[in-house]
Amino acid sequence: MNSRWLRLILGGLFGAVIIAALYFPILKRRVKQTAKIEPQTEEQARRELTQSLTTNPTEPRVKAKLFWASNAEDGSLAAVSVDLPLSPDPALRAKQVLNTLLAGPVDPEQRTLPPDAVLLAFYLLPDGTGIADFSEGLASSIPSGIESEQTAVDSITKTLAANVPQIMRLKILIHGQEVETLAGHLDLTGSFVVSPRAAQISKSEPSNWLPSLRNSSPALTP
Amino acid sequence: MLLDVANRVVNQPFRILLYSCSFALFTTVLGLPAALSVLPQATSQSPPASSAAPPIPQQNSSQPSAAPPATPSAQPFPRTGLNTVVLDPAHGGTDTGARGTGGLRESEIVLQFAAQVRRALEAQGFQVVQTRLANENPSFDDRSALANAQTGAVFVTLHVSSTGVPGTARVYVNSDLPTGREPNGLIPWDRAQAPFLGLSHKLGDIVQGNLAQRFKGSPDSAQASAIRQLRTTAAPAIAVEISSVAVDTREELDRMAPGLADAIARGITAFRPSYVIATTSGELR
Repeated sequence: MNSRWLRLILGGLFGAVIIAALYFPILKRRVKQTAKIEPQTEEQARRELTQSLTTNPTEPRVKAKLFWASNAEDGSLAAVSVDLPLSPDPALRAKQVLNTLLAGPVDPEQRTLPPDAVLLAFYLLPDGTGIADFSEGLASSIPSGIESEQTAVDSITKTLAANVPQIMRLKILIHGQEVETLAGHLDLTGSFVVSPRAAQISKSEPSNWLPSLRNSSPALTP
Repeated sequence: MLLDVANRVVNQPFRILLYSCSFALFTTVLGLPAALSVLPQATSQSPPASSAAPPIPQQNSSQPSAAPPATPSAQPFPRTGLNTVVLDPAHGGTDTGARGTGGLRESEIVLQFAAQVRRALEAQGFQVVQTRLANENPSFDDRSALANAQTGAVFVTLHVSSTGVPGTARVYVNSDLPTGREPNGLIPWDRAQAPFLGLSHKLGDIVQGNLAQRFKGSPDSAQASAIRQLRTTAAPAIAVEISSVAVDTREELDRMAPGLADAIARGITAFRPSYVIATTSGELR
């Protein structure tokens, strides 16, 4: 009796081992397939949502000029023409071009802004000052350094200058707040000149500089 | 003698207490004069009084409470030559700055570079004041306050980038700032750099020229950028950034240190004759 039960138990265990051995490669394949699907971050999900809201395929397609890093590795930028459906409304148009800039070029080496960064909002004041509100990702994921931070801001201001002529200056906020620096170097308490006309006006009328939202810091002209 | 008496008359715990008190008294007597001798240079929290017209500190939570007092800029600047260099190893403390994949930290590298630059400057006869001597992180305004309290000084902040062509060096000066003064003639703290921009450009171009000779691929002239540290500095001020923490080994950066120190020291020495002599109206030329 005892030996019979023992044989049954051993037989059952042997069968389970055989089934497990057969199932293991299938399980392994499934795990690999699941791993290939990268988890979508909150920022990426938000970007997809904001992009779908700002892009309207019925709008006329125009050749937008976007500024990404050149291949020279010296921090210079190169203009790339991209066919985009752009709105005639300047604030919406600014959102559309900045979202495309954030999405990045074909070659990821030419990125100027971190992939985690999201444009949360864009406002255009009557005096031509654009206010771009970016997510934390812009400040936290950008490589620290004067050159990299300057390249990031230049790519934003040059892209706006080329596609939205109504914008004279740009103020950058991080998650709705004015911050002291982008990533430890570049001053974000003032505003950046977008259009050369803004620089001319500012030189003749210094009081036209955009004051800081927090205190009366001056505007900056990179 | 005292300790002998103590050994005879008191028990063990009391003897230990007596030894401790004697040691504390001994170190205090020896250490106090040494501490007092280094205090004016080593601390950025209490800058020495200046006869130059410092900018007005504005009401801002990020600005230091020990900011220099406002002085009317209509008073004449002292007619003095360039004799001091304020060296600022950027970042420090919890702010490591740029970090390389090999574990390189900008805050550590610039502190070591600053020691070499300091030696090269002292060899040229300059007095050197550092904004930090260890792994600490004074605020932007604390660093500026230290520079603004000096007379006849230039300010050099040292950085290592995350990007760029390895083995190159770039000099930055602050972007244009409005030069407006307060109705009482004072220079606002938050644009203290404005009257010095011309001199900063001149200093930046000279230093960049020296760096370009040593490090191939570096630009020939200084570039303008809205650098927070420079904006509140009331002196000719430049930022020097070398590339980069992305190098394979630390030795690649260490090899740049002597050339960097020499180029900065030679550049500032060449700038010395152009250093501003203030007019009686307080304007700079």
